[in-house]
Amino acid sequence: MADLPKPEELVQIDHSPSLHKGLLGWMDTPVRIREGIALYAGKPQSLEYVGMPNPREWNPLDEDWKLPENWKEIILDGLRERLDRFRSLKVFMDICVRCGACADKCHFFIGGGDPKNMPVLRAELLRSVYRKEYTTAGKIMGKIAGARELTYDVLKEWWYYFFQCTECRRCSLFCPYGIDTAEVTIIGRELLNLIGLNVDWVAAPVANCYRTGNHLGIQPHAYKDMIDFFCEDLEEVTGIRPNPSMNRKGAEILFITPSGDVFADPGTYTAMGYIILFHYLESLGLDITWSTYASEGGNFGFFTSHEMAKRLNAKMYAEAERLGVKWILGGECGHMWRVIHQYMDTFNGPADHLEVPVSPITGTRFENAASTKMVHITEFTADLIKNNKLKLDKSRNDNLVVTYHDSCNPARGMGLLEEPRYVIKNVCNHFYEMPENTIREQTFCCGSGAGLNAGEDMELRMRGGMPRANAVRHVHEKHGVNMLACVCAIDRAALPPLMEYWVPEVDVTGVHEMVGNALILDGEQKRTTDLRGEPLPGMEEEEDV
Amino acid sequence: MTLEELLLQKRDAIKARWLQAVLESYPPDSRRFFKKQKDQFANPVGHAFSTELENLLQEIIEPSDPERLRASLDRIVRIRAVQEFAPSQGLSFLFLLKPIVREVVTDAGRDEDLQREMEALSTRIDGAVLAALDVYMTCREKLYILRADQMKNQVSALLRRAGLISEVPSWDAASEEGSENHPLNST
Ligand code: SF4
Ligand code: SF4
Repeated sequence: MADLPKPEELVQIDHSPSLHKGLLGWMDTPVRIREGIALYAGKPQSLEYVGMPNPREWNPLDEDWKLPENWKEIILDGLRERLDRFRSLKVFMDICVRCGACADKCHFFIGGGDPKNMPVLRAELLRSVYRKEYTTAGKIMGKIAGARELTYDVLKEWWYYFFQCTECRRCSLFCPYGIDTAEVTIIGRELLNLIGLNVDWVAAPVANCYRTGNHLGIQPHAYKDMIDFFCEDLEEVTGIRPNPSMNRKGAEILFITPSGDVFADPGTYTAMGYIILFHYLESLGLDITWSTYASEGGNFGFFTSHEMAKRLNAKMYAEAERLGVKWILGGECGHMWRVIHQYMDTFNGPADHLEVPVSPITGTRFENAASTKMVHITEFTADLIKNNKLKLDKSRNDNLVVTYHDSCNPARGMGLLEEPRYVIKNVCNHFYEMPENTIREQTFCCGSGAGLNAGEDMELRMRGGMPRANAVRHVHEKHGVNMLACVCAIDRAALPPLMEYWVPEVDVTGVHEMVGNALILDGEQKRTTDLRGEPLPGMEEEEDV
Repeated sequence: MTLEELLLQKRDAIKARWLQAVLESYPPDSRRFFKKQKDQFANPVGHAFSTELENLLQEIIEPSDPERLRASLDRIVRIRAVQEFAPSQGLSFLFLLKPIVREVVTDAGRDEDLQREMEALSTRIDGAVLAALDVYMTCREKLYILRADQMKNQVSALLRRAGLISEVPSWDAASEEGSENHPLNST
């Protein structure tokens, strides 16, 4: 009889050894770059356009990554420079006691079971090289002191695992020292970019944002066309045709939202929600304009380097200055808010050409935005509701049983927890929270942020999003939840496939889509459908006529 | 004692050994975490394995409803299909049950009836493997569909606007002309 492997043997797989198998073991497991997990490489033209180093065609699955001869020197010099520049990095490199509190908090580890996705090991990628180069113990004792040489294989491992981190910061919440592995990833990627190691889903959006102002490279006329198209649709639904202004100089407020809201479903319905809201507020004194140039809230530079984040962030403020507005209202976006809240002031602030935002409708002064001059739309809308400025018919959202996904960046990056919930509860009747340890500060990432929202790494995304989806499934089974609300354009792109794989009964919406449904416009026709063109509760019959 | 009675009696021990064997397919850190963390939201994978292996075992010992068997398989296989496994490894967890059951039977003595029933049980496990294969393929196909849809969805509104997507008229529109609710029958 042929020598068949025993079942037990069949399941032995060469997963990487663990931290606990000796802190040393993990280092010796060579990286195996796999299709389905790895992202595509950035294209040379994307890099050339913004002057990034080493533009060339390359493939992460190939042996040869076509690096400059002195790549090691470039990386080590880069690391030294950043250790001087960022005190936090130096601290993060030195103080980790490997207590393991962060180890099981990363959604990629929780869903996938690859130990190299434990945040402590992700940071250890950089830390081991740091020890080797910059600590006496590491120089002398090498591996025993957790130090290792930066070899070609180590470099590949950096690239592979720094692009398996969504920079969501969940791990940092649990670290007794506040070590933020997301920041380690940010620096790791910045170093990799010095020798042209990046991914297409970041490099192309960066070049596009730089050129046309949005990540898809949509030109101004197409942007305007899309907004007009939404207005046509809105006229069908409400009988009223809004007339939003574009690039209007002298407006009081500039509105900036992720371009995903304008070009990709279901974000488009959220965009329609904004348009309805602004139309409603016009007669109450709202003076707002969209811009076809600042047509992207998302900052893909943030996934590349601090410098690139700064360059792209500056464009929004330059447009605000050009139009002469007083302040900026920002749409439902994720990392745009992390950049605004935590980096903008240092990058390009203070924005003295703007004024501290004051709601023209309620008179509320947004002191929290005193320096950045940029207000989140759910703060703005929550304030309107609180001051009784909106006429709302919640029952129009009665076919929705809603739960709310705290997008990582607004939740952990700027503490936006209550406002979206307040708005949701005021525009729909059926709302249920997911379990406590999966929401608010502890929210589980969608698994696709920070440039991972591509097609080729779908397997990785499904793994990483599994803990989030699991909590959604729980409320679906328990309360019949059928709609997952969020305030991030990447979520609106990433969560639908995640739901389709894990909980196909649940759909995804932005918060302002539900606002748009509930808002009662003066003189509107009797609505029979929602913004998606689907029958409103109780209107199914009339639809058929 | 029938095999069924024997296995039901030993069910907890069998399940515990099976779970342990399945977790062996992960590296030590992950295994430890999947096993130790009992919160179902902090550890969805470990929780799914623990509950669904129990349900599977029940269905294999005392089959009640093929849909229940399929549902349990789905919970486990959907996870394994996106983890670091080759397809054979992903599905091998079902085979791991055989030696465990066989050992229980052997310990109970060389009863011929038991051995015969063991054959039948073994066949049921094989059946479950085939059902699991279907689930596995559905999951992998879904991944590829999602991958293909990704590009389209990114610019869906734009494509529609530019008239680049021509949507097929709905069944209803077609049926206006004919009696049947399907375009092919409408002539
Ligand atoms: S929780 Fe903090 S100190 Fe502990 S291992 Fe993680 S990073 Fe290191
Ligand atoms: S993905 Fe999030 S939890 Fe995981 S290492 Fe990165 S920042 Fe930490």
